[in-house]
Amino acid sequence: MKILVPISNVPDTTTKIAFTNGDTEFNAAGVQFIINPYDEWYALVRALELKEAGKAEKVTLIHVGLADSDATIRKGFALGADDGVRIDAEGPDAYFVAEQIANYAKANGYDLIMTGKETISFNGSSVGGMIAGFMDLPLISLATKFDLEGNKATVEHDVDGGTQVVECELPFVVSCAKGMAEQRIPNMKGIMGARTKPLTVVAASGSDKLTNVKSYTLSAGRTTCKMIDENNMDELVNLLHTEAKVI
Amino acid sequence: MVLVYTEINKGKVKKASLEAVNYAAKIAELTGSSVTAVAINADAAQLEEIGKAGAKKILSVKNDALASLDSMLISSTVEQAAKAEGAKIIIFSFDITGKAAAPRLAARLKAGFVAGAVDFPTVNGASLEVKKNVFSGKATAVYSINSDIKIISLLPNSFPVKLGDNASTVTDFTVELAASKIVVKEKKSTDVGGMIPLPEAELVVSAGRGMKGPENWGMIEELAKELKATTACSRPVADMHWRPHHEHVGQTGVAIRPNLYFAIGISGAIQHLAGVNGSKTIVVINSDKEAPFFKSADYGVIGDAFTIVPKLIEAVKKFKANQN
Repeated sequence: MKILVPISNVPDTTTKIAFTNGDTEFNAAGVQFIINPYDEWYALVRALELKEAGKAEKVTLIHVGLADSDATIRKGFALGADDGVRIDAEGPDAYFVAEQIANYAKANGYDLIMTGKETISFNGSSVGGMIAGFMDLPLISLATKFDLEGNKATVEHDVDGGTQVVECELPFVVSCAKGMAEQRIPNMKGIMGARTKPLTVVAASGSDKLTNVKSYTLSAGRTTCKMIDENNMDELVNLLHTEAKVI
Repeated sequence: MVLVYTEINKGKVKKASLEAVNYAAKIAELTGSSVTAVAINADAAQLEEIGKAGAKKILSVKNDALASLDSMLISSTVEQAAKAEGAKIIIFSFDITGKAAAPRLAARLKAGFVAGAVDFPTVNGASLEVKKNVFSGKATAVYSINSDIKIISLLPNSFPVKLGDNASTVTDFTVELAASKIVVKEKKSTDVGGMIPLPEAELVVSAGRGMKGPENWGMIEELAKELKATTACSRPVADMHWRPHHEHVGQTGVAIRPNLYFAIGISGAIQHLAGVNGSKTIVVINSDKEAPFFKSADYGVIGDAFTIVPKLIEAVKKFKANQN
């Protein structure tokens, strides 16, 4: 049983975002990059737990990006992933990334593909569903609990107005949300071992570029907060009605 | 032709689906085209409502296999409808089904896809330019979709629903579906007291660690009840099991964008803001005047929630009495 965990390389949550080249590119200067938290905390850690429980033999990371994301992939090694693949290309969108990952996964045979529920950079929730589409595999989205007995997985996942427990036989794609696992801190042995784990770089396969970013704009944010006296809640309610027009 | 996917939940057309039909109708207007909706297991009244939202034609699909909303089957259904209708633009809501089925369909149809659009697209030659939030709301990006078939999912609560009196034609549409590989064993509802689900709620009353303990949530629930709002909470509150996990809003929980968001006793960590900063109006009540949330609020009240919230409840009651 082999698990493939696609990871995204994203600016740390607290990053002050800036753009460059006429607001058409993200300005990466001085930015701390991390593994997308949902990919790491929920997909990767649960995959590692399955391996530790003897339910999977191997956990492989896959990333679509340039050499500057190798450090992020090695953070995944420090947490316990066995090896990694970097597809050496920078894509314009989720479609490109998912197609590259699906092509690699088809050629190399994985039983389970575990993604995070979305990235904190592009917030599209797209790559998992697209990989499932390219590979014609089932997708279980927004999983909060995951267990495996032999070839059959039992998964709890979010649906409108609640959750449901489903069963599905491998292979399939699962997108992972809070509840799957707890965040881990790499230990010294993991950090030392990360340097020597195999990271294979492969060339991108031909892929479609269907969209492109024309421009970025920073969100204006809120400039003024109107302070209301704590003894004057009538005024607050009145402002919400007449000024904000929300009640 | 613009195709839009709609869904029924708890006996009603989902609000997010009606928004998507409105959105599709506007795109049809911009591109000189018309809207066909795909409706899954909808009754006559529900089909009529989809029509009023702007669908000229409705493909009514009746198939029990679709009840589980397996994204593989939903995607296949919309794919068959798109091919039958020759659809070039396909609209979903960026809701739970849309997040799973729309990207799958994009892969199947080689369609350029933008997930979570926040505004109407601009037509630029053969391309559509669509704005979406990126970096968890810290910025927006305009994407150009250049492919022949284009798919867009609309972020819920971006526009108010408008129902007109347009007539629509309903056609039964039969789909060929492979058997679902996902077997549903158990459903667990998280509905509490008939409140509107958080992703669709227009008014949300949220509270955090400042409430000191789960026993103090009575006033939060009462305020929500008076406003007909949905209750929410911050991450630590969910992690300490003061409140159920489905109430957790923020980066790791549910991302929401209601018209009005009350943050009571929540400091406003960046991870929390990432899930709520799309709200149209934010009111922050906090005893710490240095709480970072005030920088992201429209209205702020500094003071003790335990004295302010009861006064606020009285003020809301008085306001409602005057409205009647």
